[in-house]
Amino acid sequence: MPAYYLEALTVTLGLVLLIAEAFVSTKSKAWVGIAAAVGLGGVLVLTCIAIGPDAKPDSAWAKWPLWNFYQFDSLARFYKTFALVCTILVILLSIDYRKILARFTDHPGSENGTGEYYALPVFACVGMMLLASAKDLAGAFVALELVTVTFYVMVAYMRRNVGSLEAGVKYLILGALSTGFLVYGIAWVYGATGTMSLSNLQPSISNLQSPTALLFGIALVMVGLGFKIGAVPMQVWIPDVYQGAPTPTTAFLSVGSKAAGFILMIRFLEPFLASDMTRGPVLKLLAILSIATLLFGNLAAIPQTNFKRLLAYSSIAHAGFLLLALASGAPETGSSLGSSQVVSFYLATYLIMTLGVFFVLAQVRIQRDGENITDFNGLGKTNPLLALALTVLLAALAGVPLTAGFIGKFFVFSLAMEAKLWAGVGVAFIAAAAGFYYYLNVVRAMWWADPGDRAAITLPAISKVCIALLTVATLVLGIWPQPILALLK
Amino acid sequence: MLALLVFLPILAVLAILLGAPARLTAVSASVANLALGLFAAFSWKCSCWSLSLPVLEKPALHLAFGFPDGMSVIMVLLTVIVTLAAVLSGKAPEGREKLYFGSSLLISGGALGAFAATDLFFFYAFHELALIPTFLMIGMLGRGDRKEAAWKITIYLGLGSIILLAGLVWLANLTGTYDIAGMIAAKGSVDPAAQKSIAALLLVGFGTLVSLFPFHSWAAPAYASAPAPVAMLHAGVLKKFGLYGLLRIAIPLVPEGLNAWIIPLLVLLLGNILWVGYVTISQKRLDTMLGNSSVMHMGYIFLAIAALIAFPENPLARPAAVLLMFAHGVSIALLFGLADRIERTTGSLDLSDLGGLAKSAPKLAFVFGIAAMASIGLPGLANFSGEVLVFLAAFKSYDATAGLGPVQIACILSIWGVVISAVYMLRAYRKIFQGPSVKSTEFAADLTLADRIPAVLLVLALFAVGLYPNLLLNLLK
Repeated sequence: MPAYYLEALTVTLGLVLLIAEAFVSTKSKAWVGIAAAVGLGGVLVLTCIAIGPDAKPDSAWAKWPLWNFYQFDSLARFYKTFALVCTILVILLSIDYRKILARFTDHPGSENGTGEYYALPVFACVGMMLLASAKDLAGAFVALELVTVTFYVMVAYMRRNVGSLEAGVKYLILGALSTGFLVYGIAWVYGATGTMSLSNLQPSISNLQSPTALLFGIALVMVGLGFKIGAVPMQVWIPDVYQGAPTPTTAFLSVGSKAAGFILMIRFLEPFLASDMTRGPVLKLLAILSIATLLFGNLAAIPQTNFKRLLAYSSIAHAGFLLLALASGAPETGSSLGSSQVVSFYLATYLIMTLGVFFVLAQVRIQRDGENITDFNGLGKTNPLLALALTVLLAALAGVPLTAGFIGKFFVFSLAMEAKLWAGVGVAFIAAAAGFYYYLNVVRAMWWADPGDRAAITLPAISKVCIALLTVATLVLGIWPQPILALLK
Repeated sequence: MLALLVFLPILAVLAILLGAPARLTAVSASVANLALGLFAAFSWKCSCWSLSLPVLEKPALHLAFGFPDGMSVIMVLLTVIVTLAAVLSGKAPEGREKLYFGSSLLISGGALGAFAATDLFFFYAFHELALIPTFLMIGMLGRGDRKEAAWKITIYLGLGSIILLAGLVWLANLTGTYDIAGMIAAKGSVDPAAQKSIAALLLVGFGTLVSLFPFHSWAAPAYASAPAPVAMLHAGVLKKFGLYGLLRIAIPLVPEGLNAWIIPLLVLLLGNILWVGYVTISQKRLDTMLGNSSVMHMGYIFLAIAALIAFPENPLARPAAVLLMFAHGVSIALLFGLADRIERTTGSLDLSDLGGLAKSAPKLAFVFGIAAMASIGLPGLANFSGEVLVFLAAFKSYDATAGLGPVQIACILSIWGVVISAVYMLRAYRKIFQGPSVKSTEFAADLTLADRIPAVLLVLALFAVGLYPNLLLNLLK
């Protein structure tokens, strides 16, 4: 099956869901979410059998000009799988979150007007899947905007909640600004090289007499992408937007949107890293970005008291580690992984850990009506197993060995040392130490603090299964990371 | 086979989580492990003990266990002995048995994994696995200022581990492999400039884990508030990981780098022995006194390591360090176990609240006396053979024509530590067991049969090694 069917099917799924939701009037809208998750599950299965033009060069479709804009390699397959898994989990999270959602939409208490919330992630997913296959800057830009515009709606979805509206406005204004940078940067790159196609860029770079204009364009594009991934100095929006947005949207932003930014960054930088003229300055830029991001994300996370806001800073912090891997600029060799593989591996483990944490956070938000670290007080006494799961997930985010998070960090450190990025390595170790502090701060609240009058949490079936699966995956991948690496081959 | 030894406690934890009776499972797993450990001590040269499963291709990582030399065997022996004593002597609070015994087993499994691993990655990872339950147990089931103490040990050891990780990854990067034997074979690729920095990272990293002065202030409060099995397992076993790491990794790989830091190391270890020793004398509670004394005694083992660094061909230094690690592990575990027993029967560990306990609990007094004597270093008990070897090792490189070297000067100063430990141990013994009975000790219960089993186990180990140190030294040949 040609790979582009995947996106086509997913778009169709989204449209069908939107229409069906409009015409079928039921009290509960959970079925929309379940249908979306099942549909995306189907696409996920199809991803395994999708092929690119290289696999069947003789067939008619393999000669279409579409393949000038769209590629399908192992990285594309990996990120499509990533987008689908992430979206499915976010939709499942939304199903359990619909009580809060209903409270802040049209008619408090009724689920009217919450149906689109399950269809929108499907469209964002299409955008991410297209980004995974980006081969042309114009096409990539359209795909990225599909993701961003969908997020504008999803961030501000709780219309009667001031926090959500504030988040929506901030995201819209800063998002539009970053889009401006991105387009302007693409224009400069096009102006300097005369092509938008990423595969044709490299030969045109070598014809350049001076790379100044091109580097200016690259820097502008990096500003735009830095906004998506949450790199300093374009991270200002993250804490407020993450805190205000509905929790499933926050989870989607911190995993899906970030991964989309990184795959585009990998694709975009590939030709520039391959060319001697631009490689040095680009790596330097990445190193500076990563050091600033690591420092800001980790140090600013320390005093946080709101758990959701803490996760926002943590997402900035992880972006710093990912950028450090990119800044090493290592190609794949016989004995070590390349930068893009390490970034992909890290993102996969980050998905598992972060979404697991968000599942727990959503339930605490619903049942204890708060998102502060103190709302986790005594969870070890009231819900020992849930607290154990969250402990494992947070330990993994902090990078404790024998969890998936450690292996990701371990790869990043090895790459950075190999590349002799000593400043980056030093800062990354300080960052990891700070991370140890602020993640375990939550663990401390769970196990050592008194629950007071906080009641035990009863987990809905979907959350229970997801949390259990994600926790077990965190532990298994911490000892046996092969499955993810096999996906990357 | 060695994998079985490591995973038996971890499997027992799973069984406990799934509903098996906590204490029974813990005790039977520990007994089985003790049997396995003793068996290993006789047959460790057999290749049937090692195991290597590939985990990752790039970089090549293996879940690998094995006995590269007798040092690992001794550490494994220490772990299985102390584990059995710890699960036998602890008394879980009502309703928390799962957590209590499960965590103890997890600490033991982590320690065994770290001592048995032949792959750097798992060497480090298993130690961390053991730390997490340590933190949680102190924070949840500890006494007194438990939250404060637990947070302090978490932060100190967390930071220490990360500094250590930096040094280890750097080393692995230079040598190009994570297999410890392979790293040592490729040690030529560690250039002198890197050696000095790596040695500093490893000294601070491992040193924090072993409570090297001035990174020691986590230890006494943590041990004082930890539940008995955690204090026994951490002070007795897990803390030795840092020393084991220095002997296994740092000394073979960065000898010159360490040599550059020998004077600071000697000053710091004297800080352990003299400064912390002085602090120990002024303690008013038995638990903080024992915690500080365990920090102090690390100084002697560091002295043996310093002697090895200064004179790499020193034939005595390595056996001295290993012997003292074993002896200290057993004696401090015994002391912490007995201190818990005293608190349970009298309700206090404040030295001024106690007195005359020997009248109502003569057996307790007798065993505590043996443990205190061992800790001071009385001949016939294991610590004596360890400490004497340390002092001999420090003078092994003594050259009468050149005068006293820095190691010898440090050794002479550190012998004062023996006097210091005699002062505080005997004073504590007198205050607790002698003199007139007070209200809390008048009707105190003596050791029951169940209490005696772990105590006798540890006392036997102390005597066996004390009277016939070759039992362990032969393993090191």
